[in-house]
Amino acid sequence: MPRYRVSFAKTDAMRFTGNLDVHRTWERMFRRAQLPLAYTEGFSPHPRLTLAAALPLGCLSEGDLIDAWLAEPTAPEAVLSALRLAAPPGLRVDSVVLVEDPEPSLPSQVVSAEFDVELDPLQGEPLATRCAALLAEDSLPRRRRGKTYDLRPLIEALAPSGSGPQLHMRLAAREGATGRPEEVMLAMGLDPARAVCTRKRLILHRGQVAVVNDESSHT
Amino acid sequence: MTSSKFLAARRADPAAIQEALPEILYSVEKPGRYTGGELNQVVKDWGAASVRVALAFPDVYDLGMSNLGLAVLYDILNRRPDTLAERVYAPWPDMEAALRRAGLPLYSLESKHALADFDLIGISLPYETLYTNTLTVLELGGVPLRTADRVPEHPVVIAGGHATYNPEPMAEFFDAFALGEGEDLILDVVEAIRRWKSARGSRADLHRSLAKIWGVYVPSLYRPAYFDDGSLSHVDRLDEEAPARVIKRIVPRLPPPPTRLLVPYIDVTHNRVPVEIMRGCTRGCRFCQAGMITRPVRERPVEEIVRAIEDSLAATGFEEVALLSLSSSDYDDILPLVRAVTERFAGRNLNLSLPSLRIESFSVELMDLLQGEAHRGGFTLAPEAGSERMRSIINKPVSTEQILETARAIYGRGWHTIKLYFMIGHPSETLDEVQAIADLCQSVLAEGRKLIGGRAKVTAGVSTFVPKPHTPFQWVPCDTLEQIRLKQSLLKRQLRGPGLKLNWNAPEETLLEAWLSRGDRRMSQVILAAWRRGARFDAWQEHFRYDIWLEAFAEAGLDPSFYTHRERPIDETLPWDHIDAAVRKEFLTEDYLWSLQGRTRVDCRERCFACGILPRFSDLRRDHPGETWECPEVKSPRRSIPVELRLPTNV
Repeated sequence: MPRYRVSFAKTDAMRFTGNLDVHRTWERMFRRAQLPLAYTEGFSPHPRLTLAAALPLGCLSEGDLIDAWLAEPTAPEAVLSALRLAAPPGLRVDSVVLVEDPEPSLPSQVVSAEFDVELDPLQGEPLATRCAALLAEDSLPRRRRGKTYDLRPLIEALAPSGSGPQLHMRLAAREGATGRPEEVMLAMGLDPARAVCTRKRLILHRGQVAVVNDESSHT
Repeated sequence: MTSSKFLAARRADPAAIQEALPEILYSVEKPGRYTGGELNQVVKDWGAASVRVALAFPDVYDLGMSNLGLAVLYDILNRRPDTLAERVYAPWPDMEAALRRAGLPLYSLESKHALADFDLIGISLPYETLYTNTLTVLELGGVPLRTADRVPEHPVVIAGGHATYNPEPMAEFFDAFALGEGEDLILDVVEAIRRWKSARGSRADLHRSLAKIWGVYVPSLYRPAYFDDGSLSHVDRLDEEAPARVIKRIVPRLPPPPTRLLVPYIDVTHNRVPVEIMRGCTRGCRFCQAGMITRPVRERPVEEIVRAIEDSLAATGFEEVALLSLSSSDYDDILPLVRAVTERFAGRNLNLSLPSLRIESFSVELMDLLQGEAHRGGFTLAPEAGSERMRSIINKPVSTEQILETARAIYGRGWHTIKLYFMIGHPSETLDEVQAIADLCQSVLAEGRKLIGGRAKVTAGVSTFVPKPHTPFQWVPCDTLEQIRLKQSLLKRQLRGPGLKLNWNAPEETLLEAWLSRGDRRMSQVILAAWRRGARFDAWQEHFRYDIWLEAFAEAGLDPSFYTHRERPIDETLPWDHIDAAVRKEFLTEDYLWSLQGRTRVDCRERCFACGILPRFSDLRRDHPGETWECPEVKSPRRSIPVELRLPTNV
């Protein structure tokens, strides 16, 4: 069964769609595109689709990745054009490449993720000061869903960026060790509800991005 | 921190609402309910539309998105170049609170306009427990609750759906009720509003013109009068041109089903392509309001259904298709339909469902054919009563042996669970008949054990009967709380142990449904009082507050048991008697008397019982002969119809 890697963006219309529902949106997109997905064997077969990494609710994404197995070989260009026609308002399909199996599962290849965060006009401490203060800590114990964890080792990079009040961060995104941008904002005294967060890039093993976001081919 | 952005949002224009939303959505559960923007959403130019319609479903998005009636109207209205239709659902209590905190109105999902900006608000009321949410929707949308408080600048507020066959409890809140089928009626209403807007008429002008449309009931043109004992004396007409009886609207032929269905981004109650294969039912179960009010039976042709499924799948990508009707086994070409659907759509990993099947082994063959190798969940049968005597009383005469034979076929063909639906509280029910429900469940399980051993399961869903308007049981009382509790405790004792599961409704919820469906116009006061005291989402067990409703009755000076526990005399004027569902009251009376004698009627496809549909709609039937309707053909020449039987001429 041929395996394809699709690079896409999650845009504003789907900002509040959770990961399970994004998965289902993809399934329906392949159905509308009349690209038959391969199904798992067994008692309750399900389509073979794997998203690279869960995205926090309310986050947008670019250079996002999903692997899909089709029941029949189809040229990647044909997959791309069919998916583009079938995409709902909240997804933009950027590129499709064939992946040579065997390759490890897509989620297991993800190591980090880069985020850009646009903030409301700030009061109080400037962003650079807040970033420096956070990075100076040895540990940042936080509680999430009743569990205590250390946020600090999950922050790989954090700095103000751009002209407006904007942050750039790179967070660990390994299975079992995933940094959440809203947790970083909360630790900095910022309100995530007043920010627009976009995951710009997923970084796979060996620092490579398997598929570069191909804006130029999208009109 | 308070930013200028946030303060600006207190204005109600769409741009401000759009800008303020993300922050609000961060604070609520399932924010995807409130964003709109789904695939196949229709966004039209606001300024270019001469009539703007908000279609509202006063329950949560998850349920409202699965409502087929609104999908049909959305499609019809948006096909017209000069009309736009957008959607509104009831906000879950957390979102209601968030909107109030932010000073934002309830808005349409498409263009984010406040509800008050629309010309027409069409509210779907398929069941009565949506009444308090209806008030939430209006008030949060910036629309005065009472019709009497609205001025020409306010939207026209109209309800449709099965619950409106007794419109009186909600009469104070609606300009008009659309009785019956909306496909043609909605366009007449839109046209009347367009003319009224351009004529700059008064609210009274609007009401008079709406009342001329076939199927539209305008409550402000009628005034009920009561006897000293609280029962209804009669209803005065306040305008000579308002019809004495408002006849329900029907379409002579079902139009093709909508296929560009909305595809939600989030998981909703039914993620599927729904196709209505048939409207109406010929079985005549006496408890069933839908079966009485949706006559005559009209079927869609097989080819039209198959084409609709194909087009819908291409437009939506849904993984499930449901073939819907009140009694699918009765569809004339059910086997050819199932064969055609199976052949056409096999191998696409689709889940095909065909609910509402008769209790017979043929139904099992149909499902077997339809589902092929697919995973088999539960198989649902609805005997409705435990004993043969009671099934005769309710006119669902299926023998116990036939039920057991069907159960054997189901377990024998790979299903492990049978869901059995029953009601307690049927007229003249004794505890022996409740015991019979438990016995039947045990017998079905025993058949399963013989065939597949310990894997066999039975789930009994036992609801409590509410006598509904326009049915042969409309005169009978409801069980009291004590009776319901006694019967439920018997079932709980009997239906336990391995392989058995029992689901039931809280008795208090049944009483609420009964008050709201059997009430008169004075119930408007009770509904308003309950809503003011915080009643919301009454259909949801976690939100329903019985105590609030009792307080509301006390505040309105009304006795709840007057509406539910009193056997109404056959000659009493009922609150819904001026609503004409086209099934004659004489027929309902005769059928009620037959039930007392245990007399049953066969399927009316076999023999016409003159329920009233044909005399009422004889011209329509004459103009649409043949297979279009299941009623006998009308051969007699067109004649002068008595005034009281004549359909109103449209605007």
